[in-house]
Amino acid sequence: MFNSNEVLETINMVEREHLDIRTVTMGVSLLPCIGATAEKTAQIVYDTVCKKAENLVKVTRDLSREYGIPIVNKRVSVTPAAFVCAPFPEKSALIGKALDDAAKSLGIDFIGGYSALVHKGMADYERKFIATIPEVLASTDRLCSSVNVGSSKSGINMDAVGLLGKIIKQTAQLTKDKGGFGCAKFVVFCNAVEDNPFMAGAFHGVGESDTVINVGVSGPGVVQHAIEGVRGADLSELAETIKRTAFKITRAGQLIAREAAKRLNAEFGIVDLSLAPTPARGDSVAAILEEMGLGSVGTHGTTACLAMLNDAVKKGGVMASSRVGGLSGAFIPVSEDIGMIEAAERGTLNIDKLEAMTAVCSVGLDMIAVPGDTPASTLSAIIADEAAIGMINNKTTAVRIIPAPDKKVGDEVNFGGLLGRAPVMPVHGESSEKFIARGGLIPAPIHSNKN
Amino acid sequence: MKAVLTVVGKDRTGIIAQVSEFLASREVNILDISQTIMQEYFAMIMLVDISSATVALAELSDECVALGEKIGMSIHVQHEEIFNAMHKI
Repeated sequence: MFNSNEVLETINMVEREHLDIRTVTMGVSLLPCIGATAEKTAQIVYDTVCKKAENLVKVTRDLSREYGIPIVNKRVSVTPAAFVCAPFPEKSALIGKALDDAAKSLGIDFIGGYSALVHKGMADYERKFIATIPEVLASTDRLCSSVNVGSSKSGINMDAVGLLGKIIKQTAQLTKDKGGFGCAKFVVFCNAVEDNPFMAGAFHGVGESDTVINVGVSGPGVVQHAIEGVRGADLSELAETIKRTAFKITRAGQLIAREAAKRLNAEFGIVDLSLAPTPARGDSVAAILEEMGLGSVGTHGTTACLAMLNDAVKKGGVMASSRVGGLSGAFIPVSEDIGMIEAAERGTLNIDKLEAMTAVCSVGLDMIAVPGDTPASTLSAIIADEAAIGMINNKTTAVRIIPAPDKKVGDEVNFGGLLGRAPVMPVHGESSEKFIARGGLIPAPIHSNKN
Repeated sequence: MKAVLTVVGKDRTGIIAQVSEFLASREVNILDISQTIMQEYFAMIMLVDISSATVALAELSDECVALGEKIGMSIHVQHEEIFNAMHKI
């Protein structure tokens, strides 16, 4: 028989502390879909995705009821579409529409993979593919896009970085009526991972097998509650508590992932044990940092607290699952975390501090709104800074930034739902134009030469 | 297949009777019960065998939530594996 404290602890985690499986994401390879024409390919893409994921929503709903753990999102990630569109890059939008239509037919909220990998160089077809991104993000609802511009092994493709600043500006303009919402569905990566289950950056890597289930677990509220239970403890004990909590959360995720894979005839991929906040109170990474003893997230000590949190989460997760992957760590999206929103409004949290935080956590500058008149070259320079952190530290970094049209510092953009609201944050006024105009490749760091 | 059923709420007479009557009507066999009162709150944990139950676990779970609402308690039934996974190494 089970220990009643353990049983009640699990029930409490779900009922009061927002423990959930944040996403069950099915990765689907589109490589077998490439047909003779764009029209034909689009049809095969639509059919393939709908067929492979036809039971995704039903199976996750059943699992959620059987195991008593909420499963918040069901999603699909696909092979970076730039590969599939290579023979007809000008018509890439057709594939984008097919993916968006498939997401709607399946009843899932997002589908990811309108993506290109250009970390070392950009082929002509990739350049043309990337040019379609603003229009595609504006004309679809559920499709997410990403571009990988750098890696520790290859360096940073600054031509791509320069181009993407303009792409982000265009996307914001084309989705002006929704506060630049298109940019919330677009991520620029350095060291992108091929098995990330979280949107907007999920895509199905070409090194993956045909159909894979990746699961993202979450639970900032559970961690916060656990460390509230050891108030006054020193940091070693705190790290131990976080580790133990992460272990339990990950085990729940792994169980669901294995079972989902079995029922959906897919391979079990990975468990991503990220702490992903939502705008709900009690589901905040900022609140964990503040519970550790900070007056506000963003103040001195934030980077140290986040480093410890991120590491402890990874250690607990790695012990719990044999297949840990994805991004695995703490997410710090500004608009999706009530504590981050409030700190940004107070002015305690700014982009420079966020950049420092991204050096020690699992992602990057995420869901940040900046003034609509921010020059494209400044956006590119922000991307370059983030990519440099990722490249040098052998970690994934990302930028999801919204130059909110017609908005100024102090205004707010509200996307609603899980994407939350973002206070418009200031950027430095001094130009980075000439630096970005140089283009070329920032060479890979010396420590990448490990062969 | 085994599942864990939990009932939590304000204590009063007849809770176990109502829950076990419902379980019997679904051919769910009770293997073990532990029950405590914590600060006036009733907390019961049952290990049940659902191998010959007349409904699938997912439906049983919905029915338990509905029963809980009817009798003013919070009732959950979950696959036992979730507790094994989270609390055992």
